[in-house]
Amino acid sequence: MARPGAIERREGWRGQLARAWDSDLLASFLSQKLTIVAALVTVVLVLAALLAPLIAPHSPFDLRTISIMDANLPPAWRADGDAKFPLGTDNQGRDILSTILYGMRISIGVGVLSVVVALTIGVTLGLVAGYFGGRLDSAIMRIADVQLTFPAILTALLVDGVALAVMGSHRSEGGEFWVLVVAIGLSYWVQYARTVRGSTMVERNKDYVQAARLVGLTPLAIMFRHVLPNVTGPVLVIATINLALAIITEATLSFLGVGLPPTQPSLGTMIRIGNNFLFSGEWWIVAFPGLTLAALVLAVNLLGDWLRDALNPRLR
Amino acid sequence: MLSFLIRRLVEAVFVLLTVALLAFVLFRFVGDPVNQMVGQDTSLEDRLKLREQLGLNDPVPVQFGRFVWKAAQFDFGLSYQLKQPVLGMIAERLPATLELALAAAVFAIAVGIPMGVYTGIHRNSWLSRLFLTISLVGISLPTFLIGILLIYIFAVTLGVLPSFGRGEVVKIGWWSTGLLTMSGLKALVLPASTLGLFQMTLVTRLVRSEMLEVLRTDYIRFARARGLPNRAIHFRHALRNTLVPVITIIGLQVGALIAFAIITETVFQWPGMGLLFIQSVQQADIPVMSAYLMLVAVLFVGINVAVDMLYAAVDPRIRVVAGSA
Repeated sequence: MARPGAIERREGWRGQLARAWDSDLLASFLSQKLTIVAALVTVVLVLAALLAPLIAPHSPFDLRTISIMDANLPPAWRADGDAKFPLGTDNQGRDILSTILYGMRISIGVGVLSVVVALTIGVTLGLVAGYFGGRLDSAIMRIADVQLTFPAILTALLVDGVALAVMGSHRSEGGEFWVLVVAIGLSYWVQYARTVRGSTMVERNKDYVQAARLVGLTPLAIMFRHVLPNVTGPVLVIATINLALAIITEATLSFLGVGLPPTQPSLGTMIRIGNNFLFSGEWWIVAFPGLTLAALVLAVNLLGDWLRDALNPRLR
Repeated sequence: MLSFLIRRLVEAVFVLLTVALLAFVLFRFVGDPVNQMVGQDTSLEDRLKLREQLGLNDPVPVQFGRFVWKAAQFDFGLSYQLKQPVLGMIAERLPATLELALAAAVFAIAVGIPMGVYTGIHRNSWLSRLFLTISLVGISLPTFLIGILLIYIFAVTLGVLPSFGRGEVVKIGWWSTGLLTMSGLKALVLPASTLGLFQMTLVTRLVRSEMLEVLRTDYIRFARARGLPNRAIHFRHALRNTLVPVITIIGLQVGALIAFAIITETVFQWPGMGLLFIQSVQQADIPVMSAYLMLVAVLFVGINVAVDMLYAAVDPRIRVVAGSA
């Protein structure tokens, strides 16, 4: 970084992003077919999830339109299928296509929100640890070390399990959604904290921070208004990869039966239900949600890989 | 070396005490332990007596001390759900999980190393590309989807392998093993490959990148100049030097294998600790949850310390850094 600190300070994240976009990001994006496909798949799936109430042929939550008589129908292209249900129905007679569209809303929703939780906790703790250093720093990093000893899925399971135990009989459907968001968010903050801490420790000694301190800004203002915009690059990459992990974790928890209840099916819940019908020949109940989940996760992962390579100056 | 060792041990004890505190808070403050143990019609007097018996009226630090003391002796009390000692329930399930994790690790090494060596030597062949694509899928797909896919292919469609349970088991003392019967071994194939797939891709990628690195070094060039056959160069000189990081990763991954066994065991109804843990989470069976937590913490911390020490023994540079810090 040969540029004087003053210019760096003025740029902010929008300037940084615009600069990256002008130069290499767009070029490297267009040069990789796989990344374009991944981006298209992601956009289509997210749009489909957002527009689910408009494009879904049925409403999986409207009990009046669900008939047990329609249960376990195969996809429409099979001889005994019904054109009303393009991808068949599940054991309760819900249209698979519609349930997938609504399920994606939950999967993506939990994923995005838990990334926000993890990012907020991680970035805040990382900034504080890196900026203040000393006892606070070693305390925060010690906690991070302890948490890193365990795989994230275990932490998520535990937080989820404990929260459900505390809620006990007061479980409400909205509550379980937020429990999942917090449980997954709490399991993935460590990486943000470590990265942000590292870059903050470098930024702390730069001229612009000294200047801000001289002007008399509070540590809070310096950390969030001045240091934060200069450490966002890696955070963006972690967040993308974290999104794929969060979606997998939500699906896993729901599959294990500690996530969302069957009345509020996410992709993981649908796979859990379908798994019971694998042996009786109703493969479509598990296959289509499974494929959707795989496509979603793979696409987001590929985007994250590309972003990591594109933003990494060493690989240019 | 000694100060390094002591530092690691102190850290390990710190981690274990933190987890113990967590497990204790869980046990003590999530729901009322007395209410969980007795029925609706127990009188208030009996409840108070039980409360006194369990020592729930003592100061909290004393209770925590007692909890740690009991935990050190593997006494975790009774399960809320089954009213059996938690220790017995876990001991009964432990062999299944350990055998599964062991088989998964063996699978990851036995398949991952050859694939890594091959893709490292033949960088651009189509087979290498295929291997790397498989490994990308292995990293991206959730474990339970891979398990379901394998069940669909090998159990439902082809019908060659069982999809649930451990098959026949043989008792050796209190340890029940499925490794000695044909049906036990068959039952192990699908769960072990599901569980080990991620670690296999890890090993493949690691061995590949290490091979690429090592094959560029001078001593390999000199070995070629000496006219050694390719086989000797690749396996005796190159592969050997890639093995230290591979062993480390596998060591560290044993913990992950045991944690992810929760998912695999659920997919394949494998009667191990993971399945027990999931059931206890679903039923809010706190003693089982906290016992599992403590056990896993001991395992993880033990593995971490062991790997650190092995590493320090193998690579003197680490000792120096730790000593000067």
